[in-house]
Order: sequence, then C-alpha cells, then structure tokens
Amino acid sequence: MIPIEHILLLSAALFTIGVLGVMLRRNVIVIFMSIELMLNAVNLSFVTFSRGMDSMTGVIFIFFIIVVAAAEAVVGLSIILSIFRTRKTLNIDEFNILKW
Amino acid sequence: MLIIFYIFAALSILGGLGVLFLKNPIHCALSLVGTFFCLGAIYVMLNAEFVAVIQVLVYAGAIMVLFLFVLMLLSSKDTEQYANKWPIGKILAGLLSLGIFVQIASLFTAGKLQLGPKGAYPLEVIEEVGSIALIGRLLFTDYILSFEIIAVLLLVAVIGAVVIAKRRFQ
Amino acid sequence: MSQIWLVPAFPLLGFLLNGFLGKRFGTRFVTFVGPLAIALSFAQSLVLFFQMLKAEGNVLHEHLYTWISSGNFEAGINFQVDQLSGLYLLVITGVGFLIHVYSVGYMKGESGYYRFFAYLNLFVFFMLILVLGDSFLLMFVGWEGVGLCSYLLIGYYFEKDSAAEAAKKAFLFNRIGDFGVLSAVMLIFLAFGSIEFATINAEAATQLEYGGALVTAITLLLFLGATGKSAQIPLYVWLPDAMEGPTPVSALIHAATMVTAGLYMVARLSHLFVLAPFTMNVIAVVGTATALLAATIAVTQTDIKRVLAYSTVSQLGYMFLAMGVGAFGAGVFHVMTHAFFKALLFLGSGSVILAVHHEQDMRKMGALKNKLPITYMTMLLGTFAISGIPFFSGFFSKDEILWKAYSSPLGSPWLWGVGFLTAGLTAFYMFRMIYLTFHGESRVDSHTAEHVRESPFSMTIPLMILAALAVTGGFFGVPHVFHVIPNGMENYFQGFFAEIPSGHGSVSMEWTLMAFSVAFALLAWFFASRLYHSGFDLAAGLRSKWETLYQLSLNKWYVDELYNTLIIQPGRLFSTHVLWRLFDQNVIDRAVNTTADVARMVGNSIRPLQNGLTQNYALIFTLGTFLIIWFVT
Repeated sequence: MIPIEHILLLSAALFTIGVLGVMLRRNVIVIFMSIELMLNAVNLSFVTFSRGMDSMTGVIFIFFIIVVAAAEAVVGLSIILSIFRTRKTLNIDEFNILKW
Repeated sequence: MLIIFYIFAALSILGGLGVLFLKNPIHCALSLVGTFFCLGAIYVMLNAEFVAVIQVLVYAGAIMVLFLFVLMLLSSKDTEQYANKWPIGKILAGLLSLGIFVQIASLFTAGKLQLGPKGAYPLEVIEEVGSIALIGRLLFTDYILSFEIIAVLLLVAVIGAVVIAKRRFQ
Repeated sequence: MSQIWLVPAFPLLGFLLNGFLGKRFGTRFVTFVGPLAIALSFAQSLVLFFQMLKAEGNVLHEHLYTWISSGNFEAGINFQVDQLSGLYLLVITGVGFLIHVYSVGYMKGESGYYRFFAYLNLFVFFMLILVLGDSFLLMFVGWEGVGLCSYLLIGYYFEKDSAAEAAKKAFLFNRIGDFGVLSAVMLIFLAFGSIEFATINAEAATQLEYGGALVTAITLLLFLGATGKSAQIPLYVWLPDAMEGPTPVSALIHAATMVTAGLYMVARLSHLFVLAPFTMNVIAVVGTATALLAATIAVTQTDIKRVLAYSTVSQLGYMFLAMGVGAFGAGVFHVMTHAFFKALLFLGSGSVILAVHHEQDMRKMGALKNKLPITYMTMLLGTFAISGIPFFSGFFSKDEILWKAYSSPLGSPWLWGVGFLTAGLTAFYMFRMIYLTFHGESRVDSHTAEHVRESPFSMTIPLMILAALAVTGGFFGVPHVFHVIPNGMENYFQGFFAEIPSGHGSVSMEWTLMAFSVAFALLAWFFASRLYHSGFDLAAGLRSKWETLYQLSLNKWYVDELYNTLIIQPGRLFSTHVLWRLFDQNVIDRAVNTTADVARMVGNSIRPLQNGLTQNYALIFTLGTFLIIWFVT
C-alpha cells in the first residue's frame, strides 16, 4: 500500500547522505557511522524489494548484512583504538603515511 | 497510513543530516540511533517485524552502544577543524553525490521500475505461518551454509578485535 | 676394409696428449709423442697408398658418421683416398714427420715446447682432414682448421707484438678467402643439390653450361678462396709476415702443406674448372703475375726467411699457372717437388739462424760454409732444385709447367715468357741468398761467431733426407721427351683430371724452350756469383744506379700501404663516424634511453595521486561509482 518508489527514494537519499558523510567528516568514528548509515539504506531497499516481489530472500539477506556490519564495526573500531594509541588523534588527515 | 510513513521518513533523513552536520561526535551517534528507530518503524509498516526488532536490538542497541563506548574512550578535542585546504574537494563531493542520487532516483521513479518474477511468499502466507517462523525455517534449510559461515565470521571478528586492540606490553 | 680414419686419428691423439699432458710429463714425453704420431700416420698412409693403387677405380672409401641429415640434404663424415689425396697424404705425413723430428732439435729449450708440438700435431690433423674429405663439408672443416692452426703457430711467440699482428693478419686474409669458398659452395649446392666431390665432378659437364655465368661465378669464388689460402694476388700479403712464427712452422705450413690447400681444391674440382675458360685464364694470369711480383721483391730482401717466403709465393704462382692452363698433373707434381726443396730450404735456413743465435738478417751472416758444412751442402742442393738446374727435381716440374704454359690451348707465349723471366729471377735471388749467407767475408757479430757450429743430428738428418728427395724426386715425373723413363706422374694421374684438348707445339720446340730455361738459369747463377760472392759491396754500386726500382722492390711495391689507404682507413673512418657516432650513439642509445625516460616521466606524473589522504580516495571512489552507474543505466 506504500508505493515502493517512495521508499526506494528514501533509501537512495539516506545512501547519498552516508556517502557525503564519508567524504566530508574528519572524525574517523563519524565516518564509520556514515558507513553504517549506508548499510542501513541498503537494508531498507532490500526489505522493500522483498515485499514488492513477495519473496523472503531479501529478508534473509538483511539478516546476513546486519551480522557482517556488526563484525566489521567491531574490527574497525579496534583498529582505530590501535592507531589512536600512537597518533593520539582521530583526525583522518593524520592517517596518511601510506603514500608515495 | 501514508502520512505515518512520510513522518518517519522525514525523521530518518533528519537523523542522517544530523550525522552529517553535528559537530560533537556523540551527538552524531545519538542522531544515528534516532535514524535507526525510524527505519525500524518503517520495517514494521512493511510487515517485516522480525527485521525491525533485530534492527533495534542489534544496530541501535549493540553496535551504536559500542560506538558510544569507543567515542567516550577516545575523547579528543581537536577533530573539529574542518581543514579548509581543499574546498574544491567538498564541492566536487557534493556534486558527485547529488549526481549519484539523481541517477539512482531516476531508476526508481514511476514507470521505469520493473520487478522480476514474484516469489513464493505473498502476504497471506507470511501472516499465516508467522514471519519469524518462516525466517527460521528458511535459515535452517535453504540458507544453512551461509548461516554457518557467518557464525564463523562472528567468531573471527571477536578474536580479531581482541588481538588488534590488545595493548602490547613493552 | 681400409682404416682411413687412423691417418688423422694419430695426430689428433698426439694433439690431445701433448696439449693436456705435455706440460705435466715434460719434454721427453712430448718429444716422444709428437713425432711418433706423425710417423704412425705416415706408415698408415703408405699402406693406404698401396691399397689404393690396387683398388678398383683407384679409390678407397670410408664412411664414418652421418653428420647432417635434413630434408633431402645429407652430409656425412666420409673419407676417401684416391690418386690426388693419396699423394698429398704421403707428402703431408712424410715431410711433416721430418719437420717434427727437426723441431725436436730446433725448439729445444723453448718454454712452450709442449704447446708447439700440440699445435703442430693439430695442424697435421686438420690438413689430413682437408685432403681426406669427400665433400666440401669436411674439406672446409680442414680448411678452417689449418687456418686456425696457422694463426696459433704464427703467433707462437705471442708476447711479441709483431707476431700477434702477423697471426691476425694471416687469419683475416684467410677469412676473406673463406667467404669466397662458402659462397661458391652455396652456388654449387644450388646447381647440383650435393656438395660431394664425386657427384660434382661427374655431373659437372651435364649440369652446367660451358663458359656460362654460373660456372664462372662458382670457379672465380673458389679461386678467391684459393688466393687467400695459397697466397696469390690479392691476398698474399700475410705470408711474408707469417715468418714471425718459428722456422719449422714456416717450413711445414707455409711451404709444404697449408699453402697447397688452395691448389688441392682447384685440382680436386678440375672437371668444374675446365668448364670455365675465363676463370682458367684468370688463374693463369694471376698465378704468373704473382710469380713475377714476388720474385722481384725477393731480389732485394735481406731477411733470409723473407727471401724464402717470397720465393714460396712465387712458386705457388707457378703452380697456379699450371692449373690455369689445364696442366693439373704438372701443377700437383710441382706441389710435391716444391714441398721437398722448400721445406729443405726453410729448415736449412733455420739451422743457419740457430747457429748465429737467432739472427735472421743476411747482412750479419757470411762465410758460414766451413762452419756449417751439412747445412751448406743441403741448402745448395735445394737451391739447385729450385733454380731448375737439370735433373734436380725442380727442373722437371718447372719445365713441365713452362712447356704446358706455352703449348696448352689455354696457354700463350706471353705466359711462357713471364714464367721464363721469373725462373731466371728465381735462380738469381736463390743463389744470391747462398752467396750472402755462406760465402764471402764473415759479417757475423764477433762474439756470436765463436759459438757458430753445426746443428745437432735431429736437425741435420731431416735436412739430408729432404735433400735426397729434392735431388731424386723429380724422376717421378720425367717428361716424355726424354723417352727413357716413363712419365710416372702422367701414368699415375691417368684419367683423374679433366681433359683439355691437346696442345700444339712440337718436340723440337720443347727441347728449345728447355734449353733456353737452363741457359737462363745458369746465366742468372753466374750473375749472382759475380755480384754477391764477396758480400754486399759490389751490389751497392748497382743499387745506387737503380735506386727507385730498388726502393720499390725492397718495400714490397708498397702493396700493404696501398691496402691500408684504400681499404683499412676508409673502413675505420666509416666505422667511427657513421656506425659508431651516428648510428650506435644517436639512434640505438637514444631509443633505449628515451624509453626509460618516458617510463620515468609517466611514473612521476602519476605518483602524486597517491597522497595518503583517505578521503581523497573516497572521493575518487565516488567519482568512479558515478561513472559506472552512468554507463550502466
């Protein structure tokens, strides 16, 4: 009853905001949060399609996405912790040794 | 019904914008939590109750709490200088994102979207069997392999996190 | 079953033993092994010679190994002994053996004793391969091999610059000739489909047209190779310089054997050459010209070995004259007699040189005949032989050549005339040499004069044997006019060489010309004795009257300098300025360097892209995503 296109538009909008967050914010953890936002936008589009196509595949897939997102967040944050110990900062511009 | 959807949609976008623009990272985290709640509500409206509950429990409840813990652990004051040395980069980023949005949106607008063949679980079947029961059944029959693999993945993630974040004793 | 392979095997074994074990086992081992190898070879050659005489068609074959077999071309290592190679075998191993024995005495005390004998054995091996091969393939292996050994032996005293230069010169000029031979072989293969001598000789008349362009080209190229190996114009200039090598080397290689390789090749392919009258004329003219040229140079030389070297070039010219007028048998006969008396002369000169402590300049010799009696006698006999004094070996062979030059359809009185003149010159400079070295006042260094004495037996015995051969060897080929002894040479080569139409000229003409030559030779002897019997003084007066001619002759008619200006300097200029500066540096180096520079510049320009800022990377991701979505939708 909710037109699918609207929900998909919402999903696209959230995704775009996430992309902007990755490119514009300086704090590493906020960048991570933007990535989570992007993942959620994708989740929304999966559910929508699943509903629209009378299929459960989308829902199952969301299940997996959430698990993977969790795992990724855990590992990412521990890496940031590690780097923070040396760099004492969370500004992503400081993490720039891997260059020419 | 549609109205409620629009309200929640607007709220979630607001939350996203909050992540984008709020200075204090803790405020960002909290606004993201808000977004997750709204998304959960939208899931309920789409008859995916299980996903909604999982969303709130795992995402909002566990992952964001983790983020907040780490933020509080690593408080640092100097991350808010928006280094202005490359303003063109910001403009370019904005334009590109807008471009992507327009492209994706153009895919979804009325008339151009074509869905594939319909699956086997229309609303009636879900309501009859129960969505959780159905998910459970599918997980343990059709998707058992992936299920096992992500279990291993979680194990690996936990061990990985411990190993990486361990303080090395000099 | 004839064991032909034994003949080259013994010298090869000698080379290996001397080369690898000689240094360890010392002089006596080498002295034993070196000459013995050749002696065994000579013995087997004798056996084969007699076998060959009794064999059907006068030829013995032996197939050892199929070397190349590709498509319809097959070339094997096959030996054959026929009249030509049989004779050569005996000469090579016989004279070679005598020279080996001589070298034991001559090279005594030299530091590279074992090396000398190793190389000498190797040389004999290659020379035998050359004459035993039944196709161009094996002959060419031997051809190159003797060139190599010549290089090694000329440069035996390699610490001397002049010796090293001479060795290089010899090898280079040989190489130019080799180009001729190889080109000819390729043409022959195109024409005949085979490079075996038997096939070529048998099918020559049918496959090639008489006087045609192809056969002329082939034969001219082969002759080019012969001029390189056998020191004719234009490639003779290496032979005088080759005297830098030890005297036994000069005797063996540059008198008796290697330089006759070119003649062997021409004789072997006589059927081919008679089809190209133009080439035959060229050969005859070149031979005669070379003979005259070398003789004019020899009359003024003061180094005893140089006189003999130019004499060799001159005598080789005679042999080519014989080939050129179709008298192949006479040419080969002269090869044999020349081997005897020239080896004798060289070894004798070596004996003299050794006696006066390695002094080669005749201006420092004189009055040696009493101190070196055996050497004197043998060298005198050799000089008689080469001058054409009647009944010595050189008389019969040279006279046969001169007669054929006059009477053959391919000959002419002009050729005879120049040959006649050269014969006179030959007698003149050879007797000059004898008088300057052995007669007159002693010009020897005083403290060297005390130690002058005759050479040891190891040296004098070969001299005596060779002298005996030089005296008697001629009786093998007595011309018909004498009617007493059958012409052994002609009977021996019956039917082997290609026939040419018989010549003109009567018996009385032959006697007349013979008488003229003898008279002229005796006259030349008389002049030489008048001029030189007391040293250089009398001649000095003559010299000042003919100063220009004298200088021209002494300086070898400036041929080397001519080659230098015409060929070497332009070549060097071309190489430096064009090939090196222009092409190598500018084109090739620049291309390589530019490639490297381009790679570096491209790398440098792309490198700053990776600046370590994560969000820049994220930006570029987004750009990429945008483009992909654009292209997909």
